[in-house]
Order: sequence, then structure tokens, then C-alpha cells
Amino acid sequence: MKENDIRFIKLLILVNGLVPLALLVWDQAHKQLGANPQNFLILTTGMMTLIFLVLTMAVTPLRKITRWNWLIQFRRMLGLYAFFYGCLHFLCFFSLDRGFSISSTLTEMVKRKYLIVGSTALIVMIPLAITSTNAMIKRLGGKRWRALHRLAYVAAIAGVIHYYMQVKADTRQPLVFAAVLAVLLGWRLVQYWQRPKSAPTAAINQK
Amino acid sequence: MRAGILAASAVATGVAYRKLNPVARGEVKTARLEGVISAPAATNAATGFRVDEPETSFENITHYNNFYEFSTDKEGVAAAAADFDTKGWQVSVEGLVNQPKVFGLDDLLKISPPEERIYRMRCVEGWSMVIPWAGFSLSKLLGVVEPTGEAKFVAFETLLDPRRMPGQRSDVLNWPYVEGLRMDEAMHPLTILASGLYGRALPPQDGAPIRLVIPWKYGFKGIKSIVKIKLVAEQPRTSWSEYAPNEYGFYANVNPHVDHPRWSQATEQRIGESGRRPTLMFNGYEEQVGHLYAGMDLRKDF
Repeated sequence: MKENDIRFIKLLILVNGLVPLALLVWDQAHKQLGANPQNFLILTTGMMTLIFLVLTMAVTPLRKITRWNWLIQFRRMLGLYAFFYGCLHFLCFFSLDRGFSISSTLTEMVKRKYLIVGSTALIVMIPLAITSTNAMIKRLGGKRWRALHRLAYVAAIAGVIHYYMQVKADTRQPLVFAAVLAVLLGWRLVQYWQRPKSAPTAAINQK
Repeated sequence: MRAGILAASAVATGVAYRKLNPVARGEVKTARLEGVISAPAATNAATGFRVDEPETSFENITHYNNFYEFSTDKEGVAAAAADFDTKGWQVSVEGLVNQPKVFGLDDLLKISPPEERIYRMRCVEGWSMVIPWAGFSLSKLLGVVEPTGEAKFVAFETLLDPRRMPGQRSDVLNWPYVEGLRMDEAMHPLTILASGLYGRALPPQDGAPIRLVIPWKYGFKGIKSIVKIKLVAEQPRTSWSEYAPNEYGFYANVNPHVDHPRWSQATEQRIGESGRRPTLMFNGYEEQVGHLYAGMDLRKDF
């Protein structure tokens, strides 16, 4: 794949990732977010976070199966979008649900299990976002960078559990996320078990 | 070429988003109710019959519903329930009564003319509305069937018909939906059987043709589309407390001091407002109903 094409696909992802946000803002401006816009904003930004986390997790399996190695170039952008929507999700909770009250936000966050789990997901994404630049990858070195970025698994798992914990009774949607994530993580486990025993790092290092 | 692909992909994403989050709302076509009586304003503060707060819009009351028999998506209930047919509706009132009777809907509604009751409605999920119901006190129906001395509770049941209520095809709750009240709660003048709102017959999504409204309790106690009312001696099982006994109690009185295990009940999002309101004890009806629970530990009997 040519450099030029890669740049174009990145542009595609950038634009499409902003479409849900643009529609949220549009609907909010036109007062058509439904009866409970506060709740809708919180829920939708959370959903977008999970979708981008799952997409990020899908890159490596897809790349290995299709041997389209260029796919890896889009992972950072997908991961950053997950972080971006996760931050919006938190800001919606902080402003709309907690009325900008830092104390009530913090009390709720430590009191409610689903919020502890959700905060964990968001917090572990912070170092990943910070170390996502080329310069940081170089500074950390590939091995340490990869080890750090396994935190993405923690974020995805915690994110899905957080969603599951807060639904009232109909758990079908969080279970769909859980199933997709289980496939993506399960694939990695299988790869790990099947790696050549003589060269334990080969599976991770091969380009 | 590339600009075309870019635009097309953005449109496709937008369309997919719109499909998942539609904004269009169907129309509600229910008949006007004749002869709805308004209570004299002077008595309202004492009775709690008409709360003095802005009413939630008809649009929002009819498009934000928890009615799992049709859909678990609050914004999807209206469309899923639109064709619900209530022709030939009957309500069986039975159990520990001297005059058991299967009422046709018209007979039931003839027991007493509909009164307008403007009540707060607080959902256990943390949102609330102000709804102008039309209905009459359940006590009037109970007076007709004459409960015996052994009757201590009233058990209610929703229609069970998965063909007409598509949500019942999934086992998210144990169907049919059941609810219950203690005798003194059932006899309280605030407890009504509602057959309308905003001066119109109850739309399907709000519990047509007849539902229970108990304004000091969380909304899930207000069982919809009732087909059976049974007077019993023992506390009846109730759907949500059966589903999660540690989260939903039999009493389910609105109480800002007793949190749901997963979220705070101290505040509520009033639909149509921007900030959150503090939740009131017994949803603001403490003066009227507080005495029913004197001496009870409301943390234990939540």
C-alpha cells in the first residue's frame, strides 16, 4: 500500500469517527435527542468508546489473518478515538449527571462499583494516549512500549464490564460487546499458545 | 474520486447512526375522554391530587416509557405498542372478596367518573415527570367487590399475550408482570386506576387500557394493562423484586436516603429540565402517606 493511500484511509477514519459526534451536536442543537438528552449523551458517548476499543482490538487479528500488514497504521487513530469518546463520556457524566460538582463526582466514582470499573478503563487509557506518539515509542523502546500498551486489554475488558453492570435487566447489548471482545482476545490466546517454543518472542516481533 | 469516497463513507456512517438513533416520533391517536373532573383547587395542597409543578409534555410522556412487554428501549416502546388492540378488555377482580366479578372495561370505568390527578412520577432509574392522569381511586373498585376480613394485600397482573406484547417473547422478566400493594396502600385515596392522561384515553405505551398509579412509589409499582386484581392474605410476589431482590423491594417507596445498590437516589432528572432536582421523601407525598409506614425501618423494607 502506497504512502498516499495510507494517508487517505487515515483521513477516512478521521472523518467517519467524527460523524457520530457531529450528529450528536446537531441533534442537541435541534432538541431532538429524545426525552432524556442528558442520558442519551452519556450513553452514546460511552457506546462510541466501546465501539472504538473493539475496533482497536480487531486490528491485529485482522492484520495477521489477512496478512495486510498496513492495517497496523490505523490502530493508533482508532485507539485515540476510543480515548477521545471516553473523555467526552466522562465529561458528560461530570457536567450533566453531577452538575459540575467535583466532590459529588468523586464520591459517586468510589461508591459505585460500575463507576470504579469504568474509571479504571478510562484511567488506564491515559498513559496509552500520552505514549501514542512516534517520539514516545522511540523513547520507550518497542518492547517496553508494547508491554505498556497491553493495558488496552484492561481498558476494553473493564469498559464492557462497566456497561454490563449498569444496565437494568436487558443485558443483550453488553453481552454482544463481550462476545466480540472474547473472540478478539481469545484469538490472541490461541496465537500465544501456538507460538514456536524455541523463539518465544517471535510471535510478537514478526512484522 | 477520493473526495467522493470520503463523502460517501461519511454519509453511510451518518445513515447507520441515524438508523440506530432515530429522531422521528410517531403520532399518538387516542380518543378524548369525556367528563374528566378536576378537583377543587383549594383542597389540592392537603390531598396531593394536583401538584403545582410544570407538567411534562404529552410528547415526552408518550415517547419515554418503561414497558418491557413491548421493548426494553424506552424510546422504542411507543412504536412497538402502536397497534396494541384493547378491544374486549376484561379485568377479573377475585380472591378474598364477597363479590368477585369479571368487569368489561366499560363497566369498570363506570364505577366512578375519571378525575384529573396531576402527580409526580419518579422512576427508580433516576428520572421523573409530572403527569396529568385521569382515573379514580382504587378504593372505589375495592368497595364494589367487598374484600373479606382476611384480605391483607392486593395482587395485580398484566396481560400475558406474546403475540400482542412482543417483549414477552424474550425472557428478560418472568411474565406476566405482577405487582402488589398492602391493603392500606391500596385503599389510600392517592392510589388510582388510571385510564387516561392529558384528557385523552391512555395510549398503549402508557399502559392502555387501565393501569395503576401510586405517586409516592417508584414507577415500576404502577403496573400497566391490568387484567387481574386479586385480594390475598399473604404478601404477593412482585416482578422486579423477584428479578433482583437486593435492588428492588416490595414497598419501593421513593426515598432519597436509601440508594439503589448501583446508583444514588438522592437526585433525579426531571424530563424536560436541564439540571437535576433533589428527590423528595415519598416523592413529595410524605404528608399524605408518611403515617402508613410509621415504625417501619425503610432501609430494610425498601
